[in-house]
Amino acid sequence: MKNHVLRPLIVVGVIVASMLVARAIVVPSDFGVHERGYMYGWHRLSNEQEWKAVQVRYKTSAGCPRCHPDKAADLANSPHNIISCENCHGPALEHPKDPAGYFIDRSRTLCIRCHAKLPYGNTPRGRIRGIDPDKHYVQAECVMCHIPHNPKPTNQKQEVKS
Amino acid sequence: MVHGELWTIKEFFVYPNEYIYWSIQIVMYPFMTGLVAGAFVLSSLYHVFGFKQLKEIARFSLVFSFALLPCAPMPLLLHLQQPLRNHYVLMTPHFSSAIAAFGIVFMTYGVIVASELWFVYRRHFVETALGLRDRPRSLTETLRYGMARMLTLGAWDVSEPALEKDEKAVKVLAATGIPVACFLHGYAGFIFGSVKANALWMTPLMPVIFICSAVVSGIALCILTFIVISQGRIMINTWKLKHDIGTPSPEELKSAELTIVTQTSRYLLIFLVLAITLELLDLIFRGYTAVKSWDILRSVIYEKDFVNIFILQYGLGNVVPFLLLLLPGLTIRRAVAGTLLVLLGVFMMRWNVVIGGQAFSASFAGFMEYRMPILPTSMETLKEGVFGALLVIFTPFVLFFLLTRMMPVFDTKDSH
Amino acid sequence: MISRREFCHKAVIAVGGIMIPLTALELFDPRRLAAEKGGSGTTRWAFLVDAHKCVGCGFCVKSCKIENQTPYDSNVSRTWVERYVVTKDGNTYIDSPKACRDGFTTTKIDQNHQGMKDIRTEDVAKAFFVPKLCNQCDNPPCVQVCPVGATYQTEDGVVLVDRSWCIGCGYCVMGCPYGVRFFHPEHHVAEKCNFCYHRITKGMKTACVDACPFGARRIGNLRDKDDPVTKVIMTERVNVLKEEYGTKPQVFYLGLSMEVK
Repeated sequence: MKNHVLRPLIVVGVIVASMLVARAIVVPSDFGVHERGYMYGWHRLSNEQEWKAVQVRYKTSAGCPRCHPDKAADLANSPHNIISCENCHGPALEHPKDPAGYFIDRSRTLCIRCHAKLPYGNTPRGRIRGIDPDKHYVQAECVMCHIPHNPKPTNQKQEVKS
Repeated sequence: MVHGELWTIKEFFVYPNEYIYWSIQIVMYPFMTGLVAGAFVLSSLYHVFGFKQLKEIARFSLVFSFALLPCAPMPLLLHLQQPLRNHYVLMTPHFSSAIAAFGIVFMTYGVIVASELWFVYRRHFVETALGLRDRPRSLTETLRYGMARMLTLGAWDVSEPALEKDEKAVKVLAATGIPVACFLHGYAGFIFGSVKANALWMTPLMPVIFICSAVVSGIALCILTFIVISQGRIMINTWKLKHDIGTPSPEELKSAELTIVTQTSRYLLIFLVLAITLELLDLIFRGYTAVKSWDILRSVIYEKDFVNIFILQYGLGNVVPFLLLLLPGLTIRRAVAGTLLVLLGVFMMRWNVVIGGQAFSASFAGFMEYRMPILPTSMETLKEGVFGALLVIFTPFVLFFLLTRMMPVFDTKDSH
Repeated sequence: MISRREFCHKAVIAVGGIMIPLTALELFDPRRLAAEKGGSGTTRWAFLVDAHKCVGCGFCVKSCKIENQTPYDSNVSRTWVERYVVTKDGNTYIDSPKACRDGFTTTKIDQNHQGMKDIRTEDVAKAFFVPKLCNQCDNPPCVQVCPVGATYQTEDGVVLVDRSWCIGCGYCVMGCPYGVRFFHPEHHVAEKCNFCYHRITKGMKTACVDACPFGARRIGNLRDKDDPVTKVIMTERVNVLKEEYGTKPQVFYLGLSMEVK
């Protein structure tokens, strides 16, 4: 009964102790200071693996010519050769298993990303052959006249004639 | 919809991912923390420095500070995108972040205020429990008795030497509490002042400005609440007197009230002058040095936010109450108007810092305008809108009422 | 029998004793603090943007959004492309409609609330495009301010966000001078570009690099002296964004103009 002054301290002690117990339960064991030190590397280590395990959707054009040699041949001498197949055909994912077939983006909005004429002089964009999307055959899909895989002017004319 | 998109209007060029992410609740957070710290500093002025004039309001502001305490983290909880993970701040604190210390500083501060309250009210708890122990009790009395018993923490000794020890402990706690209270709020200023990506926030003066305006707002709210409660008591006592029961008389109460208000408002004025001086210093300094960000800051301060800063904050919130409280012959009515305006001024200061700091793009090439959601149409607008802000404002008064059921702030016998 | 006073005394010491090793020692291990600077690994990812080559087609943004599952129609993106149009009277107009997800298809400049600003061809003094993404800074201010350790830097220099640990306070969003961070509209945690960490750690390139038809975006390893990207950074005149913040950005630019914000 003599000294009651420290009594609130006991309450504090109990609170602190219970927080430390909670900490031991809640915090994953691999949470700690890692490669970049406390300032930049204080984290749960297994999260790095979680990020590495994210599904790759875009598989690049590297595998396409194996099953589609005709398309690859079309593209070989075309200015569109620099465009990744997946930019127009969508991410490969697990193709041909899933998806078996592709949705092919034939919309005008796809083409005018580069071919809407912007008057920016002698810059890469300014040099790209372009049209005014509000005036150039507004109702038509570009592929009606232009072959996307090899859109050289000669090809267009042949396509239009045939 | 992206968080923040709902209430952000972009003008000219703003980075695509930029929105007003810190909205009304982050305005409320430093405002409420400021009130807590200010109320505590006010009570400490009496306990530590022995400003006898503040005796009456000291106990009152201590209890009020404790009632405000849980309302400081409340806006943060309402703001978090993952509120259920709030305890991670205590579990894995990353002390290079100003926010990480919040949990620890806040809890330390809470413990200090709670302990101080315990020492102040221990005698009252013991007497309440003893008074109810050996007689038949109603249900509420049983509850009261149980609460009082628990709150004594088993320390029943109310002899003179024991009470002396209590008083000493109060003094020590009040003294340690001041730096902790200043730290609690100073570092709320640091949270903003240390963001180097934000041109308006980044200044070493920010913590000091925050502390000064915190004390100002805390004292103002204490005076205001004190007046409201005193007026209530005067009304009750007038009624009692008519029915021949009342002591003390309403006249006594009225003169006592005015003395306390007058004296306390002097301390308010000192801190108000300090706060305004620092804020103006900051503004002048920015204009004079005129670094890269000054062009956009100038158009925010002098054009976009002119009304908020110069009319509402400095004019109505600082200059007018300064005159109201300074001119001789202070009346209760003037004090009410003055303290209300001071509270508006401090609130607008928080607003102009938090919202004003996001009023321009980090690209310095565009602006963002904040449209506070009023109607709660979704969980987001409920939490981060007018409703959420009002919830935060009114909770401390409810808590204060509940606390005073166990810890009366008026007409108490003991010395401190 | 132990007296109460003694008990209190011992309790305080015991509690204090538990606290010190559990928190202080774990956080301030000097060995680990020493490792904080420098770094010893064999990889340090860096990015090279050639602003001369960008045409503003936005294929990078489209593929990024799909690859990293940022909701396609949301008005946020891990990467974006800005257009700068400087007029002959010295004004600079900047825009990035929908983060350039669908490219730049009109000469009108998106001024947001101010509407579309039409600039006549003859008024254009210069115009160019600047791709932006996370700079994976060597001194990431966003990591410094995370209160819970939910965002961090890996040994190879990439800043990641732990989606299961982020509390969503938004301090990192505020701390980034480049505006690359945002709240993920579905996960409700901080989100940012991470150089497609799942791709680069498998030997692939980032989705945006693979999608760029013009070679405006490249990624490389700074610790590999034979890496073509490293060679460009070491031998050519490259620049970084907002160097004055001391963040040490690791996205390097060729052809950066003074107007770029």
